[in-house]
Amino acid sequence: MSTPTTTRTGTAESAPGYRPGRTLPLRVEALRQWKRRRTLVMGGILIALPFILVIAFAIGGEDNDRNGRITLMDTATASGANFAATCLFVSAGFLLVIPVALFCGDTVASEASWSSLRYLLAAPVPRSRLLASKLTVALGYSAAAMVLLPLVALAVGTVAYGWGPLQLPTGGSVPAGDALFRIAVAVAFVFASQLVTAGLAFWLSTRTDAPLGAVGGAVGLTIVGNVLDAVTALGDWREYLPAHWQFAWIDALQPQLEWGGMVKGTAISLTYAVVLFALAFRGFARKDIVS
Amino acid sequence: MRLRLPRWAAVTAVLAVLAGAGTVTAVASDDPPPVHRADRMLDLDGVKLDTSYFTGGGDGRRPAVLLGHGFGGSKDDVRAQAEQLARDGYAVLTWSARGFGASTGQIGLNDPDHEVRDARKLIDWLAARPEVLLDKAGDPRVGVTGASYGGAISLLAAGHDPRVDAIAPQITYWNLADALFPQGVFKKLWAGIFFSAGTTAQPGAQQGTQPSAQQGVQPGAAAGKAAADACGRFTPELCALYQRVAVSGKPDAAARALLEARSPSAVGARIKVPALLVQGQSDSLFTLAQSDAMAKTLTANGAPVAVDWISGGHDGGDRETERVERRISGWFDRWLKRDTSVDTGPAFRVSRTGGVDSTDGQATLRAATADRYPGLTAGTTAVPLAGPAQTFANPAGAAPPAVSAVPGLGGGVAGLSSLGVGISLDFPGQHARFDAKPQTEPLRITGTPTVRVKVTSTAADGSAVLFAKVYDVGPDGRQQVLPAQLVTSVRVDGAKAGKSLALTLPAIDHEVEAGHRLRLVVAATDLGYASPVAPAGYTVAVESPLAVPTAPGLDTQAATLPWWVWGLPLLGLAVAAALLLTARRRTTAPAPDPELAAVPLQIAGLSKKYKGGDRYSVRDLSFRVEQGQVLGLLGPNGAGKTTTLRMLMGLITPDEGEIRVFGQAIRPGAPVLSRVGAFVEGAGFLPHLSGRENLDLYWKATGRPAEDAHVDEALRIANLGGALERAVRTYSQGMRQRLALAQAMLGLPDLLILDEPTNGLDPPQIREMREVMIRYAAGGRTVIVSSHLLAEVEQSCTHLVVMDRGQLVQAGPVAEITGSGDTLLVSLAREIDDALVEKTAALPGVAAATRADGGLLVRLDGTDATALIGELVRLDVPLTGVGPHRRLEDAFLTLIGGGAA
Repeated sequence: MSTPTTTRTGTAESAPGYRPGRTLPLRVEALRQWKRRRTLVMGGILIALPFILVIAFAIGGEDNDRNGRITLMDTATASGANFAATCLFVSAGFLLVIPVALFCGDTVASEASWSSLRYLLAAPVPRSRLLASKLTVALGYSAAAMVLLPLVALAVGTVAYGWGPLQLPTGGSVPAGDALFRIAVAVAFVFASQLVTAGLAFWLSTRTDAPLGAVGGAVGLTIVGNVLDAVTALGDWREYLPAHWQFAWIDALQPQLEWGGMVKGTAISLTYAVVLFALAFRGFARKDIVS
Repeated sequence: MRLRLPRWAAVTAVLAVLAGAGTVTAVASDDPPPVHRADRMLDLDGVKLDTSYFTGGGDGRRPAVLLGHGFGGSKDDVRAQAEQLARDGYAVLTWSARGFGASTGQIGLNDPDHEVRDARKLIDWLAARPEVLLDKAGDPRVGVTGASYGGAISLLAAGHDPRVDAIAPQITYWNLADALFPQGVFKKLWAGIFFSAGTTAQPGAQQGTQPSAQQGVQPGAAAGKAAADACGRFTPELCALYQRVAVSGKPDAAARALLEARSPSAVGARIKVPALLVQGQSDSLFTLAQSDAMAKTLTANGAPVAVDWISGGHDGGDRETERVERRISGWFDRWLKRDTSVDTGPAFRVSRTGGVDSTDGQATLRAATADRYPGLTAGTTAVPLAGPAQTFANPAGAAPPAVSAVPGLGGGVAGLSSLGVGISLDFPGQHARFDAKPQTEPLRITGTPTVRVKVTSTAADGSAVLFAKVYDVGPDGRQQVLPAQLVTSVRVDGAKAGKSLALTLPAIDHEVEAGHRLRLVVAATDLGYASPVAPAGYTVAVESPLAVPTAPGLDTQAATLPWWVWGLPLLGLAVAAALLLTARRRTTAPAPDPELAAVPLQIAGLSKKYKGGDRYSVRDLSFRVEQGQVLGLLGPNGAGKTTTLRMLMGLITPDEGEIRVFGQAIRPGAPVLSRVGAFVEGAGFLPHLSGRENLDLYWKATGRPAEDAHVDEALRIANLGGALERAVRTYSQGMRQRLALAQAMLGLPDLLILDEPTNGLDPPQIREMREVMIRYAAGGRTVIVSSHLLAEVEQSCTHLVVMDRGQLVQAGPVAEITGSGDTLLVSLAREIDDALVEKTAALPGVAAATRADGGLLVRLDGTDATALIGELVRLDVPLTGVGPHRRLEDAFLTLIGGGAA
């Protein structure tokens, strides 16, 4: 090894070229997360789901026993747009919670468990900068997961069932172009409503060194929210539960787009998320990193 | 009819409180103040009326409200509203009208001589109550409200009794003849339901109806009770009228005259009190045209009028009970309490369906308001209709009938039309249809569209009965929606050779979206109406465009969202800001010390106790490292070395003391850490990435220029060869260790910190490692190595810091600590006991004596080797030799007093 013999020029404050604001760029963090098995598995599941549903509809044929209940399932095979909406319908309740909890809950805790966190912080990446980068990338991956499913479903559905207007289960229909907008609104709301899960997962992620603990905790609390929402005795208090609004995106698939529920749901979700994100930043700024 | 003058004194005496007049204080479960209810049977000219009188708490005189019920119901239906009004500060009187509930008498359809007179006597009764506010003696301040049948009595009371001060009729009729015989066609289904509700109601037989029960006509009440005679509780006059019309299927002039005489329209000119007119959009019985007539007449009389079109109506749907009752209370607050600060709401308000709120399954409503009531034909726009003259058949027996509104079906079927679905049916060959072009932009219909048509009939008398409706047809041309399920009927006479007439279509509030088109359908039959049973052919041609009213000035209000939709996120932001701001460091970073700018590390008074730990991990530690030194940080496990290094990296915060690196104080993420390379407590890599990717991404994460990384030099140390391209998870411990060292050296930091760097390295690598460190420091950089492999440190370090139990034991150059000849190793023939060791240590000129591997380690302090040998021999120590000892390990053990290692 050739040993450098000159003392490097640089200020006393920092090494040459170091700027706190340039540390851990989003692109680098995205690359760090990209090749992870969980990312690829999640993507695989979301891509595979529409294909599985197409096969299921092909095998299952017509379902005539609906007890008079009207759901998106009834119109699933009417068009590509319908199929995309149906995929959203079957996955919004739980399947789409997983990637959010995973991406946001795992992001800091896994670095801690790999011990790479301390090297990033000693690089040094300022703590708030590290969280900001990680949160942005985690939310970006979550959003990508949510967009991926309906996009694949739309493509698969269009090939399988053709391009056409969105047939609403209640009887109306929405022209194909408008339907795309409606589905986009629905996806945007699903994402917004999952911000609370993201906040919870992210906060837990900064509190624990066990990635599964953070992910599981967020999913678990989401389930608790659903259970509480089922307790009708809570009355109007349920309006303050994020889970109460999780299906408000169905309002986007009505003949007349109804914003009320989605606006309320977004407000609730944002409120919880903002506080949880702040808790994460606050706690992490003071935390002793011993992993 | 004659207007009867009030006879106060007599009436007060006539009114008798009958036996069984119970007095109950209905204490609402959790809603103070309690409402006091008094039930009485009032005897009015031989008819017993079942009444309830509600008063809330508070003293003093208050305005009164008469609250009527719907047809087929009783006073129990309005109890909840009465209690609320009483709580709002009114004396409220409810009663079961003649022929309903527990009241006796016959149903006269609000006959001025009976039902209306009853209402006037109830006002007399109120005038005698001590708690009722009087305008003058015998004239109470009183308002009248009610829905349907009770709404009509509100209007009639105001028309017949000048003492009424304000009214709020809901979903009711202005002209009953127009309602039941619209344009000469018998509305048979509704009339039948109406009549059967009256024939089956038995005195006293009705149980207290649930408060949730509809206030309007209750078709369900017709079930059972077959024992009632054909006329039930109707007056013979009305019974005969109904039977006559129902059999002929065609209303006659006498029937019209009778119903008109009993309608509010008969006294329309005398209704001059402030009126809140609430009418239903889903109402095929009492249409919006009825309230339109009321509004026109009352406005012409000079009375303040507000019109409120609710979403539901007699056909079902959302009656908006809560909102309507609140508005009625507000109306009475303004006009009975004369509280001018009360907002009585807009002069015209329409509830528009926005869609279904999926969280509770309710259709969401938003208001459209205007500051004046525009009527039903305001702002018309012409929509041309295409289609030739069409001939269609009136089927014999008028069957099968077309389907529009189906009274009694309930369930809000009419409301579904606003959601894009609905049941409506026209049979081929039995209707004519005329389509407009698809709308290029949305069109909001508010009011009654009109169109001129020419009708030709082949019926023997040249007459025709037609049903006209306007559909909203979807872009596919198949799906059609009949707004509010409404249809208008018309009887045309003398149309043998064709007759031109204006068709007035149902009054609706409906938006036709862009791309949808309007379709006029003229049918020969409708399920709800009686139409000729003789077969005939009708020919219909349109003669004008469809004139569609748009009611300009009617603006849809933004859906009212609860406060928390904006409030909670703002509150959340405030909480978040508070959390973040209060989390700021207590003090800002200390200013850099320029004198220390060339000093790689200075630690002063450093202490750290972990949360929950029982002792200090590091206690009052101070030392200094100069440029070019290779400093060995020595100490047994638990000495606090790693804690110190973590504090040095800004990972944990010291409780006390200060660390300065090149004069800069260390805190989490201090920029000066960019001049420090560290390898502490093992490697930390992303297992799914290769070694090269790890180093590459790590350097990119520092944000520094790629050319400053000196990757090649670092990789030479790592010496991983082809393994560099494999995922790190496949690495051995040693490989990770070397990669981590390479990572620490990326960018050739001015201060390199290595914690146990030789763990996992094999001897040749250890040797190379040692050389690397020495060379690294020779270049003017500084290296700190912590280790418990003391031999390592001895061979590579220039300076030492020895720690034990979190405290500094000694610091200085290696030679200074190990001494030159001060420490002697006395090799022994056999083990000696502790007493002998202690004696040795107690010898003059000896600082310490410690057992060591293969002998006794003696540190001299004043004496020399020769003298020591003499003393040891004298003590009978079985020595075999004495030599200088420089080994650090021994020095270290000596320093920390032996036992801890």
